[in-house]
Amino acid sequence: MNPTNYLYLSAILFSIGAVGVVVRRNAIVVFMCIELMLNAANLAFVTFAKMNGNLEGQVIAFFTMVVAACEVVVGLAIIVTIFRSRRSASVDDASLLSR
Amino acid sequence: MTSDNLVYLIALPLFSAALLMLLGRKADKWGHIFATLVSASTFVIGAMEFLAMRDRPEESRAVTQKLFTWISVGSFNVDAGLLLDQLSIAFVLLITGVGTLIHIYSIAYMSHDRDRRRFFSYLNLFIAAMLLLVLGDSYLNLYVGWEGVGLASYLLIGFWNQKPEYATAAKKAFVANRVGDLGLSIAIMIAFANFGAVSFIGIEEKVGGASETALTAMGLMLLLAATGKSAQFPLQAWLGDAMAGPTPVSALIHAATMVTAGVYLITRSNFVFDNAPNAQLAVVIIGAITLLFGAIIGTAKDDIKKALAASTMSQIGYMIMATGFGPAGYAFAIMHLLTHGFFKAGMFLGAGSVMHGMNDEVNMRRYGGLAKLMPITTITFGLGYLAIIGVPPFAGFYSKDKIIETAFNAGGVQGVIFGSTALLGAIITAFYMTRVMMMTFFGNKRWADDAHPHESPFLMWAPMAVLAVGSVASGYLLYSGKAIVNWLAPVVDPHHHEHEEFLPPIVVTSLAVTAVVIGVGIALAKYRGELSATAPQDVSIFTRVARRDLLQDDANEFMFMRPGQKLTEVLVKTDDKVIDGVVRGVAASTVGSARGMRKMQTGYVRNYALLILLGALAAFIAILVVTL
Repeated sequence: MNPTNYLYLSAILFSIGAVGVVVRRNAIVVFMCIELMLNAANLAFVTFAKMNGNLEGQVIAFFTMVVAACEVVVGLAIIVTIFRSRRSASVDDASLLSR
Repeated sequence: MTSDNLVYLIALPLFSAALLMLLGRKADKWGHIFATLVSASTFVIGAMEFLAMRDRPEESRAVTQKLFTWISVGSFNVDAGLLLDQLSIAFVLLITGVGTLIHIYSIAYMSHDRDRRRFFSYLNLFIAAMLLLVLGDSYLNLYVGWEGVGLASYLLIGFWNQKPEYATAAKKAFVANRVGDLGLSIAIMIAFANFGAVSFIGIEEKVGGASETALTAMGLMLLLAATGKSAQFPLQAWLGDAMAGPTPVSALIHAATMVTAGVYLITRSNFVFDNAPNAQLAVVIIGAITLLFGAIIGTAKDDIKKALAASTMSQIGYMIMATGFGPAGYAFAIMHLLTHGFFKAGMFLGAGSVMHGMNDEVNMRRYGGLAKLMPITTITFGLGYLAIIGVPPFAGFYSKDKIIETAFNAGGVQGVIFGSTALLGAIITAFYMTRVMMMTFFGNKRWADDAHPHESPFLMWAPMAVLAVGSVASGYLLYSGKAIVNWLAPVVDPHHHEHEEFLPPIVVTSLAVTAVVIGVGIALAKYRGELSATAPQDVSIFTRVARRDLLQDDANEFMFMRPGQKLTEVLVKTDDKVIDGVVRGVAASTVGSARGMRKMQTGYVRNYALLILLGALAAFIAILVVTL
């Protein structure tokens, strides 16, 4: 199978994630979309590793996973905190900075 | 010769002034006594120095004392040093002697003032500054004293500064003096640029090699300084208003001592002026203008203190004119200065005594017939009067006669012009002083209803009596055997010039006496009868102009104040519209653009995410464009 197809898939997944971040209001969904973008990037890294025949891309994919794991911890904690104080998981409710 | 005692002349009154100011109300009980004792002790030191000096041979009479090295930059050194020679000792004795008498007088005169201690601390400050002025051995040291007396004068004119017009008078004196001070500082700079020295001895040594232009410039700047401090034309306008100060101040500072500092400055700078004939001519012209100017104002003033102030201006005009005649005139200028110190201070104290008895009334049209009630004041004032108009053998006769003679002897057309001016001045002097005398002590009573004139206490008339003795005797003592001329010769006339005579002395003397008789005669004819208590209003334009001080304030306002005000207004507008305009414009555009930019900050996460995405896209496209 042509590895370029993986790159197309990666691009599609990233676009879906990006659109989701911009258009969705539920914090959990936005969060999932961010994960989707991260994993699209991971897929692209792995594909490049396969195409170039070396391991750097795969190693970076592991790094990304570690960062993503940390990010999930912090991000979910923020979302939960906001939900507790505002009784809502909508990101539009957390727009106090503009005032 | 060196001496260690000179510094005490300055240090004692300075210490006393500081002590009285710092202790404040704690010193109210004894401050005036203390200050008077300190002043008297400076007189004792001065008198001892004088006696010691008199016993020494002529060439070793000058005494110096180095206090400390003041400025030391490369090859330029200025020591804070004192110099007491034949010229300065005359001033030291006048300042401390008259100063002490006026301290004594003020104890009684200011006894009802709750700020008497402050008054005495200022008086002591003045004594210290004035002594530093005459004792400094360089122009720079003199300058410190010069500014010091300006400060003391300012503080004392505005002593009753709760009255706004008195505070304004103090400010006016200070500003006029600043103009003169500028001249002195420029003169010092010229001296430094041309001679590399600022001490009197240092400049005198090098004066032979200097260009006449530089010396003339320095002389003119020194003259400017003298016009400021000595109230000479064109900086004379402050002296009349300076009478706002308490009367002892007018007697000490604005008659006997500080206003004569200009005469001292020119006499001290004789080595500059003797080599700059053009500057000398300017000095004579300024003196001649002022002696007439002051005399004419004196004829029209109804305020006794202002009449005396105008007279002071005129008499200092005589002195300044005499200094302009070079070695022939210096000694007579100083002689007139000393005799004037006696009789004018005495008359001011007399005026203070009259005011004391008349509820501080100064308008002579509200006096009249005081001779019977204030006999001592009348006699002491009268002796001063006889001295100032130049009746032989009173003090002013000798000194003024000699100045008129010197003026005639200047030679040629100039001599005749200046001699006649001086004679004319003598006529007017006799006229206005007789007028003061008649309006105050003789004629009909025109008192205010609540006036109860009475003779002043002993502490006030005793100094007046001493000064009256001086008004009688000082002229003959200084004149007989050419005492003052020979005494000052080593300082002001080291080469012993011979002066040719244009008119024989006896002719000049008879002319001067005739002038006095004419002046007194006119005044007696005019002011013998009944006078009204208010000034007549239907008077000629000349009288009106003279009452307005010959338009001196109007001239200053027209030439300096209004253009200055206009300039300030323009500057304020420029500052407001242009400079502040730029600043405000920058601020407004920042605020405006920020108002636009702020709309981007919605607070919605998705907006930020979209912007980041667009930014990333833009970066991505940019990379593509560059690499492809």
